[in-house]
Amino acid sequence: MSSPHPKYAANDGVIAEAQAALGEALLHARDEVGEVALHVHRDHLVAAMTILRDRLGYQQLMEIAGVDWPDRPLRFEAVYCLLSLTRNHRIRVHVGTNEADPIPSITGLWPVAGWLEREVYDMYGVLFDGNPDLRRILTDYGFRGHPQRKDFPLSGFVELRYSEAEKRVVYEPVQLAQDFRRFDFMSPWEGADYILPGDEKAQPEAKGAPTPMKADDIAKDGGKK
Amino acid sequence: MTDLHDPQDLRVLELEAAETPADPTPGDVEIQNYTINFGPQHPAAHGVLRMVMELDGEIVERVDPHVGLLHRGTEKLIEYKTYLQALPYFDRLDYCSPMCMEHSYVLAIEKLLGLEVPLRAQYLRVLFAELTRISNHMLNLGSHVMDVGAMTPNLWLFEIREDTMNFYERASGARMHAAYFRPGGVHQDVPLKLLADIGDWLDTRLPRLFEDAISLVADNRIFKQRNVDIGTVSRDDAIAWGFSGPMIRAAGVPWDLRKAQPYDVYDRMKFDVPVGTKGDCYDRFMVRVEEVRQSARIMKQCLAEMPEGPIASDDRKVVPPKRGEMKRSMEALIHHFKLYTEGFHVPEGEVYVATESPKGEFGVYLVADGSNKPYRCKIRPTAFSHLQAMDFMMKGHMLADTTAVLSAIDVVFGECDR
Repeated sequence: MSSPHPKYAANDGVIAEAQAALGEALLHARDEVGEVALHVHRDHLVAAMTILRDRLGYQQLMEIAGVDWPDRPLRFEAVYCLLSLTRNHRIRVHVGTNEADPIPSITGLWPVAGWLEREVYDMYGVLFDGNPDLRRILTDYGFRGHPQRKDFPLSGFVELRYSEAEKRVVYEPVQLAQDFRRFDFMSPWEGADYILPGDEKAQPEAKGAPTPMKADDIAKDGGKK
Repeated sequence: MTDLHDPQDLRVLELEAAETPADPTPGDVEIQNYTINFGPQHPAAHGVLRMVMELDGEIVERVDPHVGLLHRGTEKLIEYKTYLQALPYFDRLDYCSPMCMEHSYVLAIEKLLGLEVPLRAQYLRVLFAELTRISNHMLNLGSHVMDVGAMTPNLWLFEIREDTMNFYERASGARMHAAYFRPGGVHQDVPLKLLADIGDWLDTRLPRLFEDAISLVADNRIFKQRNVDIGTVSRDDAIAWGFSGPMIRAAGVPWDLRKAQPYDVYDRMKFDVPVGTKGDCYDRFMVRVEEVRQSARIMKQCLAEMPEGPIASDDRKVVPPKRGEMKRSMEALIHHFKLYTEGFHVPEGEVYVATESPKGEFGVYLVADGSNKPYRCKIRPTAFSHLQAMDFMMKGHMLADTTAVLSAIDVVFGECDR
């Protein structure tokens, strides 16, 4: 008995099949935690998706998820979750990009991609080349910034309230009544990157009496030091 | 909001200005397309939906739904919480079917952890997921008939919804935001009396109220006039637009994740998948009606087959110990403390887990980096892709059909906007 997650058709041979069909468009493929992930270069995305849809039978595009990896050279990743109704199988297609280079839009293949790409653009600022309607979708009219980026603070920059004096909604910079609290419950024995109160005393050259010189050192220096 | 004008608003003004001719002659009025705002405060908008509709007389030419008015940044908040703290956010997504939202999330965590779940917990989850489906469909079917003009069935169906909420409360302590499904099982066992009462309810009250209410509308001439051949979607369109759940089944695709990709104990359940023939609003309504009957059937099987036993995994690194155990065992106390402060760590990996929520495929794309917080938790709402198809479903229909199409989508904005 394993975990009770949704069970679909086995992954056997899916990667080999994808490799044969996609050729050099496929950068690499993974089969981890029971799911197949194909990494595709963004220039080949539309061609690869066409093959996956028309030849390998992944008819439905269920989701495009953006992920922000600030440490990677290609900072943003768009993850396309495909579903095959005929083979009862799911795969993911990963595409990397940065802030400047657009990912080609796949609205020509799946009309549903329109809003999904808009959401990734709204949340991460990833551009999609060829999307006919690349507006913000979830954030407020006139919002600035891309809130799902890892460097965007949780509290945001702007807050709004209804002003009784002005009889309208006013936008103001965020003012926190107390400091933003970040609860870090990571165990200090498991790689916390801060010093526990009191631990600074354990540093090698901390305050306290200097280590006495040894007899040899005194002899070498001629007792000058 | 003056400095935050949407281009759409400006267009409305321009069109209104253009509409008044300089010298109107009687009998020679030129009607142009005009644009109206539907929502964001409209009783039939099912929440905060703003639709900018371009009309030619009463015919809808174009619909531009503006979503996001209920965006709360759930995905961002989850990145700052431990896995267990993030769970209650899921109740607040689709607040009409809370437990089904939790279902995808706990299954995603269990898949990453490779955690086994005891059989009784799986049965309890299926039982309450189906109870949630009934609860959700009561709200949707009721508001659907009300949106097209009928009043009585909604009141009767809300009686049933009230019952389901009472069952929720007896199982989890909360009427809506249950937080009942937990990674590794469920929060606590249910009393035997509750299961007996659910069994009685399935045999007596549910069929009586439900069939009475549906008999008023299913063959009703007015109801049919408002729904048959409205918002028709073909098989291919349903697939291309990423439809799922009752929306894709009404279009004639027999696709149900509970059957195709069974999770928990759905592979042991016997139930039928209703499929529509025309893909119009009436089909979507009737698919949901039949799903309620099938859900009742699944619940009866759960009650009959549910074994005794633990209701959560005994892996103490994930599931907290019982209160009584904590009073005696130091180790249990330590586990409890660690789980409610630091939380459990989930090994590195990425999964996309989707379940059949009452509204369709509800997915969670979870990226774990080995720490106690999700690195990324992307929620795949069902309404997002359905609502996107509003434009193509509404084209050429009358303005008054908007409410029928919208109700048949079964949209809840807590989930759509996240």
